[in-house]
Amino acid sequence: MKISQEEIKKIALLSRLEVKADHISTVEKELSDILSYVAELNELDLEGVEPMAHAVPLHNVFREDEEKPSLDHKLALSNAPEAEDGYFKVPRVVQE
Amino acid sequence: MSSKYETVIGLEVHTELKTNSKIFCGCTTEFGGSQNTHVCPVCLGLPGAMPVLNKKVVEYAIKVGLALNCEILQFNKFDRKNYYYPDLPKNYQTSQYDLPICLNGYLDIEVEGETKRIGITRIHMEEDAGKLVHSGSTISDSNSSNVDYNRTGVPLLEIVSEPDLRSGAEAKAYVEKLRSILQYLDVSDGRMEEGSLRCDANVSVRLRGTEKFGTRTETKNVNSLTGIQKAIEYEALRQAQVLEDGGTVYQETRTWDDAQGITLAMRKKDAEDDYRYFPEPDLVPIVISEEEIDEARKNLPELPDAKIARFISDYGLSVTDSTILTASRKTADYLDATVKAGADAKTVSNWMLGDLSKMINENGLTFAESKVSPENLAGMISLIEKGTISGKIAKKVIISMWESGKDAETIVKEEGLVQITDTGAIEEIVKQVIANNPQPVADFKGGNGKAIGFLVGQVMKESKGRANPGMVNELLQKFLND
Repeated sequence: MKISQEEIKKIALLSRLEVKADHISTVEKELSDILSYVAELNELDLEGVEPMAHAVPLHNVFREDEEKPSLDHKLALSNAPEAEDGYFKVPRVVQE
Repeated sequence: MSSKYETVIGLEVHTELKTNSKIFCGCTTEFGGSQNTHVCPVCLGLPGAMPVLNKKVVEYAIKVGLALNCEILQFNKFDRKNYYYPDLPKNYQTSQYDLPICLNGYLDIEVEGETKRIGITRIHMEEDAGKLVHSGSTISDSNSSNVDYNRTGVPLLEIVSEPDLRSGAEAKAYVEKLRSILQYLDVSDGRMEEGSLRCDANVSVRLRGTEKFGTRTETKNVNSLTGIQKAIEYEALRQAQVLEDGGTVYQETRTWDDAQGITLAMRKKDAEDDYRYFPEPDLVPIVISEEEIDEARKNLPELPDAKIARFISDYGLSVTDSTILTASRKTADYLDATVKAGADAKTVSNWMLGDLSKMINENGLTFAESKVSPENLAGMISLIEKGTISGKIAKKVIISMWESGKDAETIVKEEGLVQITDTGAIEEIVKQVIANNPQPVADFKGGNGKAIGFLVGQVMKESKGRANPGMVNELLQKFLND
């Protein structure tokens, strides 16, 4: 199962990961190996088998509609790389 | 736009649900708190925090699904929709993808007296995103933005229509009807200005008579009912002009600028956005039993269409009046309560659509907050029917009722407004008016029948509006023709 360099670039962009040009062929080989390994699953006959929605055989885990205290405002912002006037401050969101 | 092109519209309506707490955590959903004070590790997407689904959201979704004639999926689940935008602290939105809670419904709308059925593709549950405040005047000239995550995690239903709408007016009627149903179900405020109901419009145009859809654009940021109609009409016209000029319509996201009355391009869509949906591992599937669905169906309130039909058949009201009086559940409940208190429905409807609506609107209230209670309105109507007061005096009485909160009988007594039905007393006034107005009397006797109107007016004025108008007319005719 081979993955193309184009696909790697696209996945890197979607994941917001930087893959250096001289590293792409390594990633290409590693990802292709992983995909080939997983591709063994494709050999199974899954005729009539429902897709699995969850790994744990549980359903209907609910909470009642009750308010709980929120985080202290200072604490909520304490991990923010940048904050301003009680907001999380983020860099420019659109590119020209 | 000429009749050469046909507009094809599908709408995505997002509605915030009226729960106390957020969809996956206990933070309050209250609107307008100071920034980032309604947040916790779950809705901030902090590592290790685990979401737990609010039961009420599922209940509300089932109600809406049933009211919109949908099939309820007895096995449904959440998925992650991945995209990078700082209004989502987790870099994905928890939503529903291939197994949403509701599928295949419809909503009937009335446009220009015709009923049209609009298909509902699906309804799914998801979380709302946060709010960005840009440092510049627009998003493109801002070097930074500030994020408030109070709204993040507020429960939303996304209601997706089929591309069955053909004009801005139809789209407006659809959203209006949908909003009314959501309010009847008491699951959403439906306030477009506050963003509790938001609408994205997918619009394309095609040559009339052709089957194939044109390239569509998605217009966002429409936050009023009239805005929906205007944005769609503008966008359809723009696309038709592009095609007429030999150009190409691009698949893109556009934003509605209400002040300028135009749509503006925001970003191009490269084929389908790549959201890389996958099942949400932190939430288990939802299984809904047949019994729960039946129970929910039994508990649905009477919806606008059923109410309109009942007002027409039981109350003898017109289609137009019934439609106006059922647009809001509070208005319809007021009518029902007044009729229950013993008043004739047609008379109640006239007072509600006339004097009472005026006072309610002037004070920015709803019928639920009317200062004239249904019982007091019924009491006043009964005084008119008994002949205690005339319809004209009633117009004064209703104002006093509004101002004082007292019932009609008390006001009529206190202000001495009882109608004069004593023939002798009215005769006295009639004779006096005839003596004081020789010219109109002569006109009437000379064959000008209309002159009597003036004389009736004079008698009513002399009696301070209290004389019975029918008797005044009768007595005037009698004396003038003698």
